[in-house]
Amino acid sequence: MSTKENWPAWEVFTQQKNGAPHEHAGNVHAPDAEMALLNARDVYGRRQEAINIWVVPSVAITASTPEDMGPFFDPGNDKMYRWPNYYKTPEGIKQI
Amino acid sequence: MNTPQIQEDEQTHIDAFNARISSGKTIEPKDWMPQKYRKQLLRMMSQHAHSEVVGMLPEGNWLTRAPSLMRKAVLLAKIQDEAGHGLYIYSGAETLGTDRAEMIDQLLTGKAKYASIFNYPTLNWADMGAVGWLVDGAAIVNQTALAKCSYGPYSRAMIRICKEENFHSKQGYQIMAHMMRGTKEQREMAQDAVNRFWWPVLMMFGPSDADSPNSDDLMKWKVKLYSNDDLRQRFIDRTVPQAEAIGVKIPDDKLKWNPTTRHYEFGEINFDELKSVITGNGPCNKLRMKQRNDAHKNGAWVREAAVAYAEKKSKA
Repeated sequence: MSTKENWPAWEVFTQQKNGAPHEHAGNVHAPDAEMALLNARDVYGRRQEAINIWVVPSVAITASTPEDMGPFFDPGNDKMYRWPNYYKTPEGIKQI
Repeated sequence: MNTPQIQEDEQTHIDAFNARISSGKTIEPKDWMPQKYRKQLLRMMSQHAHSEVVGMLPEGNWLTRAPSLMRKAVLLAKIQDEAGHGLYIYSGAETLGTDRAEMIDQLLTGKAKYASIFNYPTLNWADMGAVGWLVDGAAIVNQTALAKCSYGPYSRAMIRICKEENFHSKQGYQIMAHMMRGTKEQREMAQDAVNRFWWPVLMMFGPSDADSPNSDDLMKWKVKLYSNDDLRQRFIDRTVPQAEAIGVKIPDDKLKWNPTTRHYEFGEINFDELKSVITGNGPCNKLRMKQRNDAHKNGAWVREAAVAYAEKKSKA
């Protein structure tokens, strides 16, 4: 077998503690999902950094591109009224 | 499209890239980057990953001869970390467009370089102390700086690695401290290890600034934030007091604290030796390449079995 075999890449998401969201930790190469999970545990969970792990084939991820960045996120950029501090409350009101 | 238009587009990209760098933002894999930036990063990152992988070999030498079960467990854990570090950096380097398999092939066929320090032998148990304390200590100084570099995937890999590397350096220092409190023979072993490793460790920071061909571009692009000489000085300043604390002598007659500059002055580094080791003439270059190739060959059945198992399951 050639030395140049390259197994597919899997993106690894780890949940660090109960109730926390899964966060992207990095990736591993593995021939299948089961081994990807074992490799992910060895690489990203050696020091109790994870109580749960997802592995996702890297090719399955669709991402926004840097060129899109302006127009793609534009709809969120000019609507200050979505933030609570846009609104002024009468003096003396402490809780709303 | 006419040529001036292409040049104008190119210039727009370059301006945007430079603006990102100078505002302290990271460059991410899908961002436009100059070919030379990509090439230099790929060179640095793959060499760095190879160093982590080859770095397992001098320590592997002592696994079966560690003086206690605890020391053996610690050494195993450290070596496993190094494999993980290689993986993080290969993974970051792949985002620049070269497969890990391709990079590993370049290492195995001798086309790629790795840190010169791993071409020195580990002759006695105290070397495991010296390697952890000094080699990993130097790596921490280097990697802490790289953690702030402009390429996102490299920076993130470094942050992860620095957290783990502290254990490496501390366990090494503890081995040295322990031996320096031991018998006369043990103290001599510890001193012998420092005598052999000190100068090669100083060479790990690379040639002096005046003679470092890639430095200008790398500093401009914030891949390197400090020069080789600055990092070397930082390492010496923090290591000398550690040596004094355990009573081990740094093998440099010219080493002297300068209260005005608040830095240690030190003797001349033999950069001819560095050149010679990098170009293949160190004490263990051939051995390391043979060990690495043998390990890859002897592990082939594991990779083949993993593929066979995955294929069998996918058919079931």
